[in-house]
Amino acid sequence: MNIEALIASSIDGLMLGFVFGLMAMGLTLIFGVMKVINLGHGPFIVMGMFAILVMSQLGINPYLGLVIVVLLGLLTGIVVYFVAVHRVINAPELTTLLATFSVNMILIGALTIIFSTSPRGLDLELPSFRTGAITVLGTRFVAVLVAVGVTIALYSFLYRTRTGKSIRAVANNRGAAELMGINSSWILALSFGIGTLLAMISGGLLATLFSFTVLSGGGLEVKSFVIVVLGGLGNPTGALFGGIIIGLLESITTIFIPVSWVPVFEFVVFVLILLFRPNGLFGAR
Amino acid sequence: MFSKMTRLLWIGIVLVTLLALAACAPAPTPAPTAAPPTAAPKPAATTAPVATAAPQATTAPAPTAAPKAAEPKKLLLGFTASQTGAQQVASKKQIEGLQLWLDDVKKAGGIKLKDGTTYLPEIKFYDDESKTDRVQTLYTKLINEDKADFLLSPYSSTLVKAAAVVSEQNDKVMITAGAADDATMEQGFKKTFQLYTPASRYLTGAADALKKFVPTAKKVAIIYEKDSFSTSVANALQPYAKSIGFEVVLFEGYDTGTTDFAPFINKITAANPDAILGGGHFADGTTFSKQLFEKKVPIQFVAILVAPPEPTFKDIGDAALGIIGPSQWEPQVTFSAESAKAANLPYYGPSNKAFTDAYLAKYKESPSYHSAGGYAQGLVLQKAIEDADSVDPAKIVAALDKMNLMTFYGVIKFSTDAKTHGKQQAHGMVYMQWQKDSAGKLVTQIVWPLEAKSADAVLRK
Repeated sequence: MNIEALIASSIDGLMLGFVFGLMAMGLTLIFGVMKVINLGHGPFIVMGMFAILVMSQLGINPYLGLVIVVLLGLLTGIVVYFVAVHRVINAPELTTLLATFSVNMILIGALTIIFSTSPRGLDLELPSFRTGAITVLGTRFVAVLVAVGVTIALYSFLYRTRTGKSIRAVANNRGAAELMGINSSWILALSFGIGTLLAMISGGLLATLFSFTVLSGGGLEVKSFVIVVLGGLGNPTGALFGGIIIGLLESITTIFIPVSWVPVFEFVVFVLILLFRPNGLFGAR
Repeated sequence: MFSKMTRLLWIGIVLVTLLALAACAPAPTPAPTAAPPTAAPKPAATTAPVATAAPQATTAPAPTAAPKAAEPKKLLLGFTASQTGAQQVASKKQIEGLQLWLDDVKKAGGIKLKDGTTYLPEIKFYDDESKTDRVQTLYTKLINEDKADFLLSPYSSTLVKAAAVVSEQNDKVMITAGAADDATMEQGFKKTFQLYTPASRYLTGAADALKKFVPTAKKVAIIYEKDSFSTSVANALQPYAKSIGFEVVLFEGYDTGTTDFAPFINKITAANPDAILGGGHFADGTTFSKQLFEKKVPIQFVAILVAPPEPTFKDIGDAALGIIGPSQWEPQVTFSAESAKAANLPYYGPSNKAFTDAYLAKYKESPSYHSAGGYAQGLVLQKAIEDADSVDPAKIVAALDKMNLMTFYGVIKFSTDAKTHGKQQAHGMVYMQWQKDSAGKLVTQIVWPLEAKSADAVLRK
C-alpha cells in the first residue's frame, strides 16, 4: 500500500464528499419537511450543471453563476411544488412518488431536447497545490468552501430566522403549525424550493469538477439516496456527514480494491445500514 | 352535483383531446428517421430519390455506362443510430459520413450495373438510444417490416454485437463500422463484414510507439472501461506489451459512466508507470485526460482509446496536449491511387482530400475516423454491388469475400476463414497526437507508424 496515494485519495474523497453532502441535503430536507421522496432530484442536479454551463458560455464566471442558480433553483422548486406536488401532498406516498417521477421524466425529456445527451464540460482551470504525490485541485477546494458556506447559510436560516423556524415547525407537526397561524402551503413550497436550490447548487459545483450529460442525474440521484439513508432520512446534518463518508469510502476503497468493485461495496454498506441502522448513522430527529 | 359534472366534463375534454392527438400522431413509435440527421427534418423514409445528376469525378467512384431512360430502383439500407445516449457523438459522425457517401452516389446517378439497371440507395434508421435491447428490436423491424435490402451497423462494438445476431439469423448482409470487437467476428458469421481494424490491434501499435519514443520506458499501466470493446483491446494489449518487454504494473478496468477518476489516478501514480495505455469511449476518455492534467501527473506517454481522435477532444484545452489516440483514419493519412499502385492494389472511391474537403464543406468541421468509417460502409457496399453486378445477397457476399483494395480509408480485405469470416484483415491503425502548431493552436498530427507520420511525437511534461 502506498501511503501517499492513500492520503491523496482521502483528500480527494473528503473534498468531493462535501459536494455529495450538499447534494443529498436537498433530498433529505424535502423528505424531512413534507415526507415526499423527490424523484425529480436527479434532473434538478442536472439543471444546475447546465445552468452553469450556459452562464459560462455567456461569459459569466461559474462561481458567480451559482448566485443566479440559487434564485433559479428556488423559483423552479416553488413552481414545481405548486404544479406537481401541492395537490397530492396529503395523498399516499406512492402518489407523491409518481408525481415527482413525472417531473423527472418531463425535465429529462425537455433537457434532452434542448441540450442533447452529448457530454459537456466547463473549460475552467484554477491553480492547484501540489506536494509530493498529493495534489489539491483548486476547483475541489472552492467547491468545499461553497458547500460549507451554503450549509452554514442553510442552518442559520433554519435556526435563526422566523421563516426557518416555521419550516421546522411544519416539519415537526404541520397541523399544530397551522393552528399557530403558519401558512403551511407556502412553507412547504419554500422548503421544496430550498431543496431544489441545494440540488442545483451541488449540480453547478459538480459541473466545475467533471464532464456531464443530461443523463448524469440518474447516478447522482441514486448516490443521494444512499447518502440520505446513511445519514438518516430527514436529517440535513446527517446528509452532509453521509456525503463525506461516501466520498471517503469511494476514494479510499479504490486504493485497495479494483475500481469496478467500489459501487458494489457502496451498496453493500447501503443494505447493511438499512438492515441494522434503518434510521441511519445519525438518526432522524 | 354541478361540481361533479364539471369535473367529469373536464375529464371528458382531456380524454378526447388526448385521443385526438393520438389519432393525429404520424407513426407508431419508434419513429423512423429517414432524413439526414444534421439536415432539416424531412417527412418520410420513402422520399423520392434525388434526380440523377452527372457523376462527379472528385467524389464518386467511376460510374459504369449510363443507361437511358431507365428508372432507378430503390435500394433500402437500414440501420440504427445512437441519436441519444452514450454513443451519440461518435454515432452522429458515422451517419454524417454515410450521408456524404449517399450524396455522392446520388450526384453520380446511382449505382449502375452492366445491364443498365441503376440502384439509388436510400437510408432508413431509428434511434437505438445506445441500448442493445433497442438495437435487436429495431433491426428485426428493419428486416421484417421495412424490408431493408442491406444492413449497415450502429456505432460501438456492444451495439453491433446485438445487431449482428439479428442480421445473421435473418440471413442479411451487414457491413459494420464502429465495431472493433474481436469476439463478435469470431462466431462463424456468414454475412457480416467488419471495416474497423479489430480491437486486438488497437493499442499494440501504441506499445511499439512507446518503445521507440521513450526507450527508457519499462513499466506500463493498462486501464480500461469495462465494456466489450475496451476489454478486448486491453486483453490483447497486456500479453503484447509483456511480449515486447514491458512490465504491466497495473491492469484494471473501471465502470462505464465513471466520472471521478481522481482516486484511480492516485492509484495509477502509486504504481509509478512510465506510460498509461487504455481508456474506453469519449466521455470517460475526456474526463480522464482532463483530471490527469489537473493532477499534474508526470507521465510522458498516454495513449487512450476513442476520445483523442474526436475533434471536440480539444475542448479540454491544454489537457489534450500530448495525448495519443489510435485512429482508424485521420485526415492526414496518405492512402492514394499512387500508394495503391505501389502496393499492387486497386484504388476505389474518392481521394482522401476530396472526402475531407467535401465533409468540411458540408458539416463545417473536420471528419473524424467515425465519419470516414461511415462513408466507407457505403463505399464498400457500392463496390461489392458493382463487382457482383447484382444486388443478390449471395453474389454480394462472394464479391466481399474477394475484395482486396485500397480506399481513402485504407486497405480493405475480409477474412474468408470459416470461424472468422468477415473479420477485417488488412486495415491498420494510425496513431494521432494533440500538439500545438506555430500559432499555439491545438492540432492533431499522425505520429505513428513512422512511415505515415505528419510530425514527430511530443512527450508530455
